[in-house]
This record gives sequence, C-alpha cells and structure tokens, in this order.
Amino acid sequence: MIEKIEKKVQKLDDVTVRFAGDSGDGMQLTGTQFSTSTALFGNDLSTLPDYPAEIRAPAGSLHGVSGFQLHFSSNDIDTPGDSPDVLVAMNPAALKVNLKDLKKGGTIIVNVSSFDAKNLQLAKYESNPLEDETLKGYNVVQVPMTKATFHALDEVAVSMKEKDRCKNFFALGLMFWLFSRPIDGTVKWIEDKFKSKPLILEANKKSLLAGYHYGEMTEVFTTRFFIEPAKLPPGKYKNISGNEAVALGFIAASYKSELPLFLGSYPITPASEILHELSHYKYLGVKTFQAEDEIAAMCSCIGAAFTGSVSVTTTSGPGLALKMEAIGLGVMTELPIVIVDVQRGGPSTGLPTKTEQSDLFQAVYGRNGECPVCVLAAATPTDCFTLAYEAVRIAIKYMTPVILLTDGYLAQGSEPFRIPEESEMPEIINNIVKPGDEYYPYSRNENLSRPWALPGTPGFEHRIGGLEKSHIYGHVSYVPENHEFMVNLRQEKVDKIQQEIPDIAVRGEQEGDLLVLGWGSTYGAINEAVTRVREQGYKVSQAHMRYIYPVAPNLGNVIKNFKRVLIPELNLGQMATIIRSKFLIEVLQLNKVQGLPFKASEIENHIINLLGGKQ
Amino acid sequence: MITQNFGNAIKEVQLTAKDFQSSQEVKWCPGCGDYSILAQMQRVAPTFEVSKENFVWVSGIGCSSRFPYYMDTYGIHGIHGRATAIATGVKLSNPNLSVWVATGDGDALSIGGNHFIHTVRRNVGIKIILFNNKIYGLTKGQYSPTSEQGKKTKSTPFGSVDYPFNPLRVALGVGATFVARSIDREPKHMQDMMKKAAEHNGTAFLEIYQNCNIFNDGAYANLTEKETKAEHVIILEDKQPLVFGNNKDKGIVLDGFTPKVVSLADGKYSINDLWVHDENDLSPVRAFILTQFTELDDFPTPLGLFRKEVKPTFEDLVDEQINELKALKKTSTFDEIIGGGNTWTISGNGK
Repeated sequence: MIEKIEKKVQKLDDVTVRFAGDSGDGMQLTGTQFSTSTALFGNDLSTLPDYPAEIRAPAGSLHGVSGFQLHFSSNDIDTPGDSPDVLVAMNPAALKVNLKDLKKGGTIIVNVSSFDAKNLQLAKYESNPLEDETLKGYNVVQVPMTKATFHALDEVAVSMKEKDRCKNFFALGLMFWLFSRPIDGTVKWIEDKFKSKPLILEANKKSLLAGYHYGEMTEVFTTRFFIEPAKLPPGKYKNISGNEAVALGFIAASYKSELPLFLGSYPITPASEILHELSHYKYLGVKTFQAEDEIAAMCSCIGAAFTGSVSVTTTSGPGLALKMEAIGLGVMTELPIVIVDVQRGGPSTGLPTKTEQSDLFQAVYGRNGECPVCVLAAATPTDCFTLAYEAVRIAIKYMTPVILLTDGYLAQGSEPFRIPEESEMPEIINNIVKPGDEYYPYSRNENLSRPWALPGTPGFEHRIGGLEKSHIYGHVSYVPENHEFMVNLRQEKVDKIQQEIPDIAVRGEQEGDLLVLGWGSTYGAINEAVTRVREQGYKVSQAHMRYIYPVAPNLGNVIKNFKRVLIPELNLGQMATIIRSKFLIEVLQLNKVQGLPFKASEIENHIINLLGGKQ
Repeated sequence: MITQNFGNAIKEVQLTAKDFQSSQEVKWCPGCGDYSILAQMQRVAPTFEVSKENFVWVSGIGCSSRFPYYMDTYGIHGIHGRATAIATGVKLSNPNLSVWVATGDGDALSIGGNHFIHTVRRNVGIKIILFNNKIYGLTKGQYSPTSEQGKKTKSTPFGSVDYPFNPLRVALGVGATFVARSIDREPKHMQDMMKKAAEHNGTAFLEIYQNCNIFNDGAYANLTEKETKAEHVIILEDKQPLVFGNNKDKGIVLDGFTPKVVSLADGKYSINDLWVHDENDLSPVRAFILTQFTELDDFPTPLGLFRKEVKPTFEDLVDEQINELKALKKTSTFDEIIGGGNTWTISGNGK
C-alpha cells in the first residue's frame, strides 16, 4: 500500500492543453469530455479539434495523428490558444507532429508504453526522443498509460484489444486529476453510453478512475493545478459547438415563428453534424430529409419553402457549388430558404476536415445572372446560434434565400453558450396571406417583400418558376423593360435588408492610423491580437463584420476614418477585394491558407511590424 | 363534388375543366401532342375529389415543363431535372396536397435521372407524368435518352450510338408502386390512366407517348394511325388476356420467362392459353417482361396499367415516426428545448 503523497496545488489563470494520438485512439472523445467537465466547472473555454480526413489512417503513422486542443481560463477568452502549455501524446507519432506547436518549456505527458521500436519507426524517429536531446528544455512526464490501463483491467473480462482501447480514459482521468476537474460527469456519460455493454462500461470507468488515482497516488506529479471559474455574464450556460449552435438556432426560429422546420441536406464534412443534430428533434415535428444529393437537398427546400416551412439546407463548399442553380431559382421565385455553408479548405475536395474562409466569393457572387443573396458570417461558435436565427428571420421577412457562412473551425470548436430566454429572441414577421386578402404573387410591401401564399389556401392558386416574371402579377414575361425592372427590384430588395443591420462597432479609437477589419471566424484571433497590441500601447482599432451582404450601414464611414485598414482572412484576400471595390480604398491584407485558423500571435506580430514597432 | 372552405363560407363546388385553365396563352407548337395531355388533365382533374387549392404542379425544364403555367393550380416551374426533388419537398412539407410532376424524357431521365430513381425508390406520394417524345424539343432537336439507337439528329448527324432507357423498366427496377403508359392520341385511355394515377397512394409513374411534330414527327405513327394501330398496340386490361391484332386474332403467351406472339386463327392456341394480365401481380417480373415488348420484333406496344402495389408512402412513414416520437415527449417550452442538456448557472456576481 502506497502512502498518500501530499501534492501542492498551484493556481493558474489560463491553460491550453492538447490531446494527441492515433485517429483511432478516441482523442476527439477525450477532448470533448474534458471540455464538457471544464465547462460545467465554470471556466471559459474554446476548443480546436484537428483530425485527418481518413477515418482510420494506419495506426502509429504520422498522417494518422488526431488532435484536440482546449484553452480554458478563469477569464473571458476568445481563442483555443496559440500554443499548448501541455501536450498529451499517446504515441511517438503524436509527439512528433505536435511538438513544434508546444510552448517553450511546456509540459509533455507521454504514454511511454507506446514508445517501442515499431512505433518509433512509424513516427520516423531514428532514436527514442525520450532518451536523446529532442525534448531538452521541456518538462517531460512519462506515464506507462497502456501498461497501467491493462493493470487496472486485470480482473475485467474484456479482450486485450478492448483493454487497449480504454487507455484514452486513463489519460482523461489523469488530466482530470492534474487540473482538478470533477470526474462525475464523464462517469455518468460512460454509464449512459455503454448501458447495454456492462463489461465495456466497467472497463472504461475503471480506466478513468485508474488515471485519476495514478495522479494522486504516484510520485510522478508533485503539483496539481487549479483554474478558478470564469466571471461570465449571469445566466444559464451550456457548452456547444458551432454546428450544434446552428441547429439550435433553427429550432429556436421554428419555435418563435410557429412554422414547421424542414431540413433538406446531404452529408458532407464538416457540416453533417447539423443534419445529425436536427434529426434528434423529430419529436418537435422537425422534418429532416437526407436527399440523394446536394442539388436535391436544395430543391426539396424550394418545395418546402413554397409550402410554408422554415426551410433550411446545410453543406460545405463543394456542396454549395452544386446548389447554386437552385439557389438562383430561390432568388427568382423569392422564397425564404437558409443555406448554411460550413466552409472547408478548397478548391475541389481540398482539405475536408480543415478550416478556410475561401467560399466568400462563391457565396456573394457565385450564381448565373444578377442574383443577389443576403450573406451572413458567424464570428464564434455561439454566434452560429444567433445568426442561424437571424438568417431565418431575414429570409422570411424579405422572402429571399440567405447564405450563412460558418467554417470547420467554428463548426467543431466549442465554447460556453449563454442560453437566451424566449423573450430575448426577436420577432419573426412573415407575409403569409390569409383567405380573403387581396393577392398578387409579385406585389410588394414596404420592404419590397412579396406575399407568401401557401398551397391549400383557396383562391390564391398561382405559378412561380425560374422564368422572368412580370411585376405584381407574376406571369411569365419576356418584356425587356420588365426584366430590367425586376433585376433592379430584386437587387433593391436585398439592399434593403441593410435596414435590419446594426451599425458596426469600433473597438478602440474611432479614427486613427490602423483599423483591423475582420469577418467571420477570425474574430477570436483578431480580438486577442488587438488586445495584446493595445496592452503594449499601440493605437490599433478593431471592427468585425458578421453581415457580409449587405454590409453594416456605417461601414464605409468607419473605414474612411482610418489611414490604413488591415484585413486578416483565411484566403487570398477575398474580403479585401470586396472592400476595395465597394469603397474604392486600398486595404492591407494578411492571408493564411493552411487549413488552420490564425494564431493570435501571427496577427499580433503582423500588426507590430506594420506599425514599425512604433507605439 | 368538392366541399370548399372560403374563409367562413363552406361551399359545395362542382369543378369543371374550365376551372383548371389558367389565364396564360398556351405556347406549344401547333400540332404538339402536349395539347392533348393538357386537355385530358383539365377534363379529368375535376373528378379527382381534390379541392383545386390542394393541387400543386411541379415541373423541370423542357417543352413539357411549361405545363404548370397552363393549369390554374398552385405550381412551380423548376430547374432542369429537379422537378421530383422539388415535389418531394412540397409533399413532405404538406402531405395533404395532391402533387403532380410534369416532365420529359430529357428532364426526368437524363439530367434528372438521379432524382427520378430516388423519388420512385422512396415511394413519395406524387404523380409523375412523363411526356416521352424521344427527342429534345426545346433545345431544337438533339437525341434524348429514350431515342432509339442510330437516331440521326443535330447532335448525332451519323446516328446515335447509345442504347436507350426503357423508362417503365427503370421505374420497375427501383421498386415503383404504380407504372402505366398511355399515348397522346388516345384521350379516353389517357384520362383513365390519369384517374388511376390520381387514386394511387404512392409514386404513380405514367409515361405518355407524345408526338413532337417538329423534331421527331411520326415517332409513334405505328401506334396511332388507323391502318397500323391494331397490329402494333396491345391494351392492358386487368384480368383480361393479352389480345391484339386487326381482327383480335393474335395473343401473347408466356413460356417460362419468354413471351411469344401467337395466332388465334390457326387453331393451335385459344384465348384460354393466353397470358392474363394482372395489374396487382405480387411479383414485378411479369410487368418487367411487358416492358420488353417495345424492344422485341413483331411485338405490340402495351398501353395501360402495368402494375401497382400497395406500400406505405415516404411521407406517411416520416409522419408516423414523428408522431411516435411526439407521443413520447411532452410539449416542450422554449427553455426546455434550447436550454436542455448539461447546463450550469452563473449568478449575478459570477459563479
């Protein structure tokens, strides 16, 4: 029996942890469980999953490494952290791939059991990094996780393979102990998840507890850490990912509008979770239709919108390309449909599991003819909720398709979400015509929106379609003047949506030398970078676009108040091009196209260089 | 007679063909077979026991796809090939509607082939009327997926080399629950088939042979001209033997899986030996063999209802699942729905 060892507890404000292992090692699960417990404990947090496109790449290989990064803090935080303080490496390949990102002097917790000749060779290590100079300057903690897991499961009658698969729970238990996290949530999760497999349940639970006790009972760790809960605004919270937030936003919009929700979708990474998530809400009458392809998904939405549903479709870049003709039909028929594009690395199949902002042109300009569509872009995972709701609200009020841009980073990243009250959600106004009303299919209200006559309503039988229609009456019309009039009218209608958009806020000085202008998911990294440079005394202002088309009413004036405008974005400068052409000004670009989000430090350094070190 | 609800007033209305004529001028070429299809639909629609406001016509692109503009019902003129996908959205969103698709051989079987087979596979409760003229008319005369091999058109000046689709066989192959064929020059037969399609609960697929008098005139002349018709057409009637010919002197027998044309005049076969059509046949095999006739020499072309089957529809199965799940969960408030799951609360002064 080992004596209980007294451990020191050190208080920290802010920690970034990365779990890394084989894609079959359950790293995403481990990371998610750690995030959930951390959220329930009350820290602010931000996560960044990073995994290969292959489901089970060869075990032990470098390209099969899957990672999950989590930044948690007692303060309000914006990003999943530039570089981890702690790396949990389940095998040599995970160490090799992730070491370069680790903070100088950071902690590496390795599963030493996996550092055998075969795995070292697969990771292309010529000598064992635990024994040579590779890890000099780091705090390396060697834990025989596989061995200890097997030991803990001596008495459990599951196969060797099953036992091996439990080692991620050992690692998770150890990390729970190290960072003083409650363990009960994960215990309960295991009990629910493996209800029907009692032996697997027992094995996972024992491994988790063994990891936790390993920290407590051995001399490997002398210190554990404590991160106080963050002081977030009061309210009820839960931890959600961007994809979950989109789904909830649609549910909320359907609830508030009292219209049924219809999702037509085709599975595509990294958007499929929205389809999965919404499929759980059938008990509310939500209809989710997994169509035969992207085009059918979009077309089914046209049918559902015609019939009076809150009609939404979800996809990623290649799918958006396929949907474009049907989106044009949505514009021509003026039906309310929301299209979510969870952007990923392109072109073509590109980098399916990685993030990018390179569908901006596609969303704004990507259709035949003069075909304006309202475009929104979410800034954070929880903003996906707000803007999914907003997209439905605008679509229905203006009878128009709306594209919501998110991306892989937002979709899979998670953060605490303050659950709004129903009364906080804005009204969703519709133009549904009632029997007895005067009705012409293409008449207009003050917002230039046309009436919504639902099939089944007597007296309003009418035909819509892709051919040009006459103003007010909606009959097929080839009259040249009518076409020009209608082209202008559709444009004017979408431009009018600007009246819904709040002025863009400027953080810092309202005029000056440099404005950092961002859009979409780069918000966290830009915000963090601007905080850092302002703390260093630089006069830098920041503004962030969530309404892309149309833009905020005051954007032009804001931009003109600065000598220089810098637009950091994860593409070759698509927003920079739009801003240049719209406001006839020169803008500076900071671009990254690696399938990875910006690190705050990359933007920070760029700003400092731009300002020549002058404060 | 239809009971209609106009605001508060409930009226008994007897609809007529005129009620289904829209104000739009019909713009098909003079002599086009589409006119007849439109006229028969307008004539027969009042008998469907469906209120006018509950009809939705959906189409894709092509000559046939202008059809919804001429029916005074709700309608969507969609994009090329996608009519069945749009119609699926309509039907799922509101299963009470009577949803009809007007499509052509290019629209349904070429660009829309994928949507067509999946709609039929799911047994979505919509009616698909395929106007098959074996040519691309609206783009002015290229061969279509139903054109016979060797077809000389603008895009195949030396004759097409592709093998054509057999639309009914495609439909049967993916599990169609209602498969029928008619022809533009047989108004009564067409009305009968339309009515049967309307009554079917599930995907009803009705192919209508339609003459394009501009780009493929006479494609079905053998089946429509007085002198040849009787020898080239066989009308399928439920529980009736397969008989055809000028003097009703020919029939079809089935030898295993091989159909044979036999004479009833030479004393070798009597009417009792013939294949008796069964539109409710439990197996689709015989219907499949019937679809072969158009590819066999000296066989007549069958018109009529090949086969139908009772099978739950897609929208019913979707609703059934939803209703089961609804029954399990009590009505939820906004907070229960949006605020469910693992939550924590932060009070006014931080946690």
